[in-house]
Amino acid sequence: MKKSLISGLIAGLLVVAGCASTQNTNSLYADLGGKTGIADIVDRFLMHMGNNEVIVDSFAETDIEAFRGHLIDQICEVSGGPCEYTGRSMAESHAGLGVDTRQMNALVSDLINAMDDENVPLGAQNRLLGLLAPLHEDVVTR
Amino acid sequence: MNKTKRFWKSALSAVVLASLGVSATAGTKLTATGGVSPIEGGAGGGISPWALISGYGSTNEWGGSAFYTQVQVDDFKLDAKGVAAGFSDRVELSAAKQKLEIEPLDLDLKQDVYGVKVRVFGELLYTAAPQLSVGVQYKKSDTFTVPQALGADDDADFDIYLAGSKVWFAALAGRNVLTNMTLRYTSAIETGLVGHADERKLVAEGSVVVFLSDNWVAGVEYRQKPDFLSSIEEHDWYHGFVGYFPNRHVSVTAAWANLDEIAGLDGQQGWYLSLQGHF
Repeated sequence: MKKSLISGLIAGLLVVAGCASTQNTNSLYADLGGKTGIADIVDRFLMHMGNNEVIVDSFAETDIEAFRGHLIDQICEVSGGPCEYTGRSMAESHAGLGVDTRQMNALVSDLINAMDDENVPLGAQNRLLGLLAPLHEDVVTR
Repeated sequence: MNKTKRFWKSALSAVVLASLGVSATAGTKLTATGGVSPIEGGAGGGISPWALISGYGSTNEWGGSAFYTQVQVDDFKLDAKGVAAGFSDRVELSAAKQKLEIEPLDLDLKQDVYGVKVRVFGELLYTAAPQLSVGVQYKKSDTFTVPQALGADDDADFDIYLAGSKVWFAALAGRNVLTNMTLRYTSAIETGLVGHADERKLVAEGSVVVFLSDNWVAGVEYRQKPDFLSSIEEHDWYHGFVGYFPNRHVSVTAAWANLDEIAGLDGQQGWYLSLQGHF
């Protein structure tokens, strides 16, 4: 009896937590301005990256139009939007590039500047950064 | 008047020192992730060293900082100043000078603190595990006569510490929060200003800081202190502070500090003001 009460409570908590997290990501997608908002952020992001001497050379061979599409899909998907990222995995696309934390920091600065340009609220900025931060593991290889 | 003048002179040299470095190198670490300068130097909060490496230098870059801090409580004034350099966000070297004026006794206690810190693993912003660093602070009293009379055994010794820092994204009302925990193995009496005991204790220090906006942070810190001497009681310290980062090269920290009882003088509360230059 006691046991089932506890499992019931836990199940209830999980449902509540599940709803809360779905709601959070949904509202993040909305807070970023949906698909158009995300596309605007990505355009600004690409502009800052193009002016950032720490990372610009790493993208010399990149097909920028395809890259732009992948970025939009990835941010849309991770923020809970109705998109699917279909590009290569982060580990695969960064293997052998020898990306270091210095370049990762430069990239994050550019993203923050892009979100500032687009007046994304601080809370939404931080939630997105929190979702993207673990990519460091796959991107930074030295 | 003279004191104020001296403060600004030292403050100015800190900023000049820092901006000299700016032209030489521009680090890529994110704003405020080099921390501020605690009274013992290096990167940290106000009274505790953190796992962060000073300055804005990331991989294969170097950076650093300079600071001037004044703490004024009822019967004491503490002046601290120092410089630090961080290499590849891996190794930090620091030096600081402290002078404690015990105003009712017209007595000054001085010490020098030299520090080395190494980041062992983890990355403040990116890894699930906290950034973990180990550090050593060598402290030497310049005024050992009084500490000796109070029962201190040595004028100099090492503190060894382990610090873990982590940023939690959007953790509080959408704001990022930095937490730090430091474990220190020390023989220092009143941080070493009253010399050292011939035994060691393990003490804990904790900090929680909220990044309110791009330029403002607010936090609280607690520092447990050992209590070695029978002649005078030593008490834990805590303070609440705000930090202002108008740009990547300058920051100001202001705090209300509660230092409780120091050297037999009770109820020591007052303000803490610190100016830092970073590059």
